[in-house]
Amino acid sequence: MAEARRRVIVTDEGPILVYGPVDVEMSDGTRVLSDRAVTALCACGRSGRRPFCDTSHRRRVRDEEGEENTS
Amino acid sequence: MTTTKPKAPTLPVPRGPISEGVLSALRGDPTEVPAVDGAAPYGDDLQLALYCCYELHYRGFDGVDDDREWDPALLTVRAELERVFLNALREDVPTGTDIDDELNGLLVEHLDAFGISHYLRRRGELWQLREYVAHRSLYHLKEADPQTFVIPRLDGPPKAALVTVQHDEYGAGDPERTHSKLFADMMAELGLSDVYGAYVDSAPAAMLAEVNFMSLCGLHRGLRAALIGQFATVELTSSPGSDRLVKAMRRLGCGPAAIHFYAEHVEADAVHEQLIRREVITPLLRAEPELTADVVFGIRSSLFLAGRLEEYLFQHWRHGESSFRAEAGVKSP
Repeated sequence: MAEARRRVIVTDEGPILVYGPVDVEMSDGTRVLSDRAVTALCACGRSGRRPFCDTSHRRRVRDEEGEENTS
Repeated sequence: MTTTKPKAPTLPVPRGPISEGVLSALRGDPTEVPAVDGAAPYGDDLQLALYCCYELHYRGFDGVDDDREWDPALLTVRAELERVFLNALREDVPTGTDIDDELNGLLVEHLDAFGISHYLRRRGELWQLREYVAHRSLYHLKEADPQTFVIPRLDGPPKAALVTVQHDEYGAGDPERTHSKLFADMMAELGLSDVYGAYVDSAPAAMLAEVNFMSLCGLHRGLRAALIGQFATVELTSSPGSDRLVKAMRRLGCGPAAIHFYAEHVEADAVHEQLIRREVITPLLRAEPELTADVVFGIRSSLFLAGRLEEYLFQHWRHGESSFRAEAGVKSP
């Protein structure tokens, strides 16, 4: 039933947004639950709170030298 | 669990002739509030007077008649105070109409930035962190409430998405998980009073002004887009800032409730910023593009006012002085 499908938004810039509570199984078998109405799952691999996004995907800039550092 | 009727906060101490007049009017004394023109727009007197006018729409005050909320004389004074405050912001904050640029600017992490959260993370002391939390309590003990006023002023997708964010702020149906409760738990753990309004007298004008700006935009339909801009600023910048405060709390050996409040905000606001940008601002401005300048105004005003508070705190802390208002007679926690 199409209505029962979850809405998932792939943001490209950062996380994948999943509507509704989620039960995430990690590669080591541990399970992480989120009861939020929308959960942001890390897709860039940099989050310090995986599987959740912590905005670590953001562009970082050093203003003094005007250099960009996206790593 | 026993349920007792929560006691409304006591009236604060006046900070000049205007706030003196407003407080006296609140108590129901026959009062002539002095002319507002010429008052310092971000000063203690005007900001406290405005704060008290707005508080009638939240929890009210002990000993103040609930009917004062819609007292035409007080509303007239409030409008005058708002006019002075708003005119000053319109003058001090440059206008802009490029929303993508504006939002992208908030999404960049400046590695050499050094704000309050950077300071607290690296070398702030516990007394400074506690002062910061005490000041912030003016907002966080009613976290999300000013923004709730905007809900009936929105329609369709932006309304639905904003309510999704607010549902999360209000604990998704669990009163123990409302962000204001998490903040109160943190205050108690840090040895601060978690009583609503306990730190109004000690709060600097710059803190009052930040909360007043939210109330101003939330309570005026004509400023609904500025409220969205204000909310976006908080949600977009909160995750990295909260992460720094988690590290500050850990470094200073704070307990689990203190750490939990900011840890929750790292994760929650990583979601909220996506919703505010994609599901609130984008559809709102698609439907009403003429609101763009006001969203930008809300963003820039929030940053401007937050910058003033930051400056105030650094001015005091730099010399090892408390940021609590000395006049208030309240000792630093």
